[in-house]
Amino acid sequence: MGEPVISMRQVTAELGSRPVLRGIDLTVHRGEVVALLGANGSGKSTAVRSVIGQVPVSGGTIELFGTPRRSFRDWARVGYVPQRTTAAGGVPATVTEIVSAGRLSRTRFGVFRRADHAAVRRALDLVGMADRAKDSVNALSGGQHQRVLIARALAAEPELLIMDEPMAGVDLASQEVLAATLREQVAQGATVLLVLHELGPLEPLIDRAVVLRDGCVLHDGPPPKAVGQHALPGHDHVHPHDATGADPIRTGLLS
Amino acid sequence: MDLLNYAFMQRALLAAVLVGITAPAVGIYLVQRRQALMGDGIGHVAMTGVGLGFLLSTSPVWMATLVSVLGAVLMELIRWYGRTRGDIALAMLFYGGMAGGVMFINLAPGGSNANLTSYLFGSLSTVSQSDVVAICLLAAFVVLVTLGLRRQLFAVSQDEEFARVTGLPVRALNLLTAVTAAVTVTVAMRVVGLLLVSALMVVPVAAAQQLSRSFAATFAIAVAIGVSVTIGGTITSYYQDVPPGATIVLLTIAAFIVLTALATPLARRRARALAASRPAGDPAECVIPASRGAGDEVGV
Repeated sequence: MGEPVISMRQVTAELGSRPVLRGIDLTVHRGEVVALLGANGSGKSTAVRSVIGQVPVSGGTIELFGTPRRSFRDWARVGYVPQRTTAAGGVPATVTEIVSAGRLSRTRFGVFRRADHAAVRRALDLVGMADRAKDSVNALSGGQHQRVLIARALAAEPELLIMDEPMAGVDLASQEVLAATLREQVAQGATVLLVLHELGPLEPLIDRAVVLRDGCVLHDGPPPKAVGQHALPGHDHVHPHDATGADPIRTGLLS
Repeated sequence: MDLLNYAFMQRALLAAVLVGITAPAVGIYLVQRRQALMGDGIGHVAMTGVGLGFLLSTSPVWMATLVSVLGAVLMELIRWYGRTRGDIALAMLFYGGMAGGVMFINLAPGGSNANLTSYLFGSLSTVSQSDVVAICLLAAFVVLVTLGLRRQLFAVSQDEEFARVTGLPVRALNLLTAVTAAVTVTVAMRVVGLLLVSALMVVPVAAAQQLSRSFAATFAIAVAIGVSVTIGGTITSYYQDVPPGATIVLLTIAAFIVLTALATPLARRRARALAASRPAGDPAECVIPASRGAGDEVGV
């Protein structure tokens, strides 16, 4: 197993006075693909956002590439896909303009060289959006927005990809493209930490699943296998390692 | 063009062109981060600076610059720390700034609200030689920031959280945007006035959006509109004896209406061209596939 890329030890965090993370331990090694699963409000988004310094942490330690997060400066090694339904802002922007923002961490004072333009084109190619490069993002579908956001993260050619619900609101065709993009990144040795609501088409790629519940790690191991009716798209998965005696969360129509 | 024979008109036109360039150049970042009315707030705060300038018998332009920069920094700090009641704090800053201006100018020897009027609504014909020097220096700073740091400012204004994770100095860039906006307000103060300056920051950008698909084109078109309306408004006010600030703002709004009317057929043509370029992949009508696929499974 490679060296740890992300390492969280006993991390606690509060939003307001409400504890959201209650001592999370999570290690992601080089080349691993780890999915962070859990119901809404389980703290999975807060956990990844604490890794990249977007949520203040009240206790515990976080290290990125072996460096304490507070002194980590090498952000070009990290590609981040925030949880968004749109890539658009208050002013029209083309797909290329949005994706170029992801390349800034590799430039000096924001000056783009030939290699930077090439990296942006490559990132667009990877998500199959090269033919839309000059289009306004306002003209894109939800799935295409997500592809643009992923291309933006890939433009810096990061070693670690952190994605917060990349499949939310994405049509099936785009889901397949995203799964293929991720497969290619993983084949080239990228490390991936994903927040997911359900495993879906990414399931074959995932080495390890970490399930959170109420800000605690409930399960850390091979991804849970969905079988039969549970495997149908749209089914809310209830993990077998749930605390004994706890009622399964029933949200499906007929369960 | 006999109007160019007058030194005061030369100064007025130079100031007008500089305002036409700088106001939309900053405004586009404010619109992008959905803070379109920030310029209006800074304009209110700048009034205290003008009042202080009169009271202390120093240049109102430089004093307004100082006070509005401080005000803009304060607004940015409120945005970081006081998220919960930020709007209330901003309201106090705006109206405190306006009240301060009225108070100081009345305390100044021989001062009255009449002095304030030329700053509130602009007074191109009274732009002095030293005003022009100040306006040129400040405009140079604004152009340098908005063009030189366009990629960084674009990234921060588009998605602040993502920009932080790329390692950009987001707080410093936000402060710089606020300071640049404050400087622009004082550049525009003599031309369109503090109460109308926000219009010139926002409306050209909104008008440009009707035609453009990219940020770069929006920027260029907005500045072109800005320069056209400030020159047009200044010349109109010379020949027709109407207030320049109000003329410029009304011309900007007219430009917005005309471009919006022109843009509707343009958007329709673009949509048709897009549909024509993708005949197979994206049919405009519903197509029901002959057999069921994986996508038709509904989870229960």
